[in-house]
Amino acid sequence: MDFQLSEDQRALRAGIRDLLAGRFDRDRMRAAHEGGGGVDRALWRELGAAGFFALRLPEAEGGVGLGLPESVLLFEEIGRALLPGPLAATQLAAGAVKGAAEGEAVVALAEAGRPVGHLEGADALLVLDGDRARVVTGAALRQVVDGARPVRSLDPGTPLWRVPDLSAYEGEALPDGARLRREGALLTAAEQLGSSSRSLEAAVQHAGEREQFGAPIGAFQAVKHLCAGMLVRAEPARSAVYAAAVTGDPVEAAGAKLLADEAAVGNARDCLQVHGGMGFTWEADVHLRLKRAWLRAGQWVTTTDAEEALAADLG
Amino acid sequence: MDLAYTEEEEAFRARLREWLGSVLPGLPGKPDPGDWPGRRAYDSGWQKLLYDAGYAGLHWPADAGGRGATPTQHLIFLEETERAGAPYVGANFVGLLHAGPTVAAEGTAEQRARWLPPVLRGEEMWCQGFSEPDAGSDLASLRTRAVRDGDDYVVSGQKIWTSHAEVADWCELLVRTDAEAPKHRGISWLAMRMDSPGVTVRPLRTLAGSTEFAEMFLDEVRVPVSNRVGAENDGWRVTMVTLSFERGTAFVGEVVACRRTLDALAADARRSGRWDDAVLRRRLGRLNAEFRALWRLTQWNVSEAQAGGGVPGIGGSVFKLRYSHARQELYEAAAEVLGAGDDLDLDREWVLDRLSSLSYTIAAGTSQIQRNIVAERILGLPKGR
Repeated sequence: MDFQLSEDQRALRAGIRDLLAGRFDRDRMRAAHEGGGGVDRALWRELGAAGFFALRLPEAEGGVGLGLPESVLLFEEIGRALLPGPLAATQLAAGAVKGAAEGEAVVALAEAGRPVGHLEGADALLVLDGDRARVVTGAALRQVVDGARPVRSLDPGTPLWRVPDLSAYEGEALPDGARLRREGALLTAAEQLGSSSRSLEAAVQHAGEREQFGAPIGAFQAVKHLCAGMLVRAEPARSAVYAAAVTGDPVEAAGAKLLADEAAVGNARDCLQVHGGMGFTWEADVHLRLKRAWLRAGQWVTTTDAEEALAADLG
Repeated sequence: MDLAYTEEEEAFRARLREWLGSVLPGLPGKPDPGDWPGRRAYDSGWQKLLYDAGYAGLHWPADAGGRGATPTQHLIFLEETERAGAPYVGANFVGLLHAGPTVAAEGTAEQRARWLPPVLRGEEMWCQGFSEPDAGSDLASLRTRAVRDGDDYVVSGQKIWTSHAEVADWCELLVRTDAEAPKHRGISWLAMRMDSPGVTVRPLRTLAGSTEFAEMFLDEVRVPVSNRVGAENDGWRVTMVTLSFERGTAFVGEVVACRRTLDALAADARRSGRWDDAVLRRRLGRLNAEFRALWRLTQWNVSEAQAGGGVPGIGGSVFKLRYSHARQELYEAAAEVLGAGDDLDLDREWVLDRLSSLSYTIAAGTSQIQRNIVAERILGLPKGR
């Protein structure tokens, strides 16, 4: 039984981290959020060229031929970098939507009852309705966009639209919607995991530098215990996410999403607390992570869905 | 990342499962918790069975009489014995998981030959004389003193929270051998016979009503100098070896047990109609995520230990923090499932377990101390004030 990352997986993770540091550093991240969010097409193509969307397509189909565990490592880095855009939906649609694999197409996620992110710039909509999935494109997509109205989005990185009842719009049915939902939940959980680690690092760094009462605030137990609590939230979530990626088990994926949502939201809140008044300003990044974490928690598998799925597994 | 077990590991699991299936039906019934001689006989009988079948000291090094099994095999052993409902390690806990591994790592050849085989065979039991009334979490401030007199130390002082003291043959005892040295530097690790003149054991009653542990009064007890493990005044380092074993895999079986309890709770709730309460049902669902993740975290830690040459790491503190609180939540949920006054009936096993779970955030280092360890030693935050 080996639960360690392989050499190749470590190298992959390091490569992704370097690539994102080069293409999407903090200045660009802030600029993207100040600019109203939305998808940067040039960056999207670069990500496509680097294999972000084709990661799991077979090599015979022009993909990278890797699996769900590697995808999870990729999305963890995406979460750390706070990269905006419907990345999970686009990767899942690679192979089904023309141009998605190459980063030429943006595939937005539409779930019943939720506002749709990145609708205006989308080339296709991945519509999830229970365990049924379909892709809406072309004229039907234009109709959806025409009938949508923008929402003032809580998350500065994700422009949102309220859309009319999606059931009226025809699309191409995708097989195995339950698998798409499960994998989308897992990739999103991985983003949450990356976000929770980043929040922890930011809190520890601040606690080590900021001095009050003649000492770094990290020397005080009250702050120390907040930081320890963040690690205790993140590590079980990490084990759950990685294990679910290896086993592909639906109940395990639900548990992973539940714990990763909790870790991302909880760690962002505690990071804000450690930063004190500075944490409540727009200049600090932590609110961006918190808002994105809230958004992701409502996608693919919500807390209620996850708890019910996990309960059904018992007894 | 590959959670699959190797062919060899699966074969080990299959052999163990078969053996458990053959031996468990013939076991005598569990003794009453208050019947200490009965408990000793029961625990020692189980250990003897393990020994005869070659499963004793599985994780001990082979040159200490163990099987030199990998951490993964040890994990499988704990998983399978718990799953089969086999007896818990019981009063053999300190000998097998604390004192034994410490003697194996730090003892002389004579000490290993004298103390290890009887532990493996279930013939001798150990208790832990670490804590003192004025030295709980601040273990190094202990005051029990040992003064050299010829070939003996003369030991006086008081110990507390000494589990299984009533049935132990030996005590792993921390004593102060140099009162002038800084507090971590003047400590030594001794093996003391519990029937030595001057040792008085007084059971303490826990809030769960049991007498799991005791106070121990030491009045000029003579302990041969040859019973010291490690150098004089080097006992703190020896102790840290012991504690790293304690935090390593001590809770593996219990996570499996908690998952079983959770399933039983859900089944009970389905039968009684409590399942229709969405809040309760979802609470149980959440606990399912919790204990599944704790199981995966256990595998992660074991896998790390295996990659690191079998040494348990400080990741155990993260696990212990999460697990001890989750276990308390499990029994809070159990009380809600039971309800209707059954949550007040001490004859229901879950009610006793609810009470016992209260010790988990205190024993083996309180949650507050564990958080300090995590913050300072894993996250690198500055030393506390």
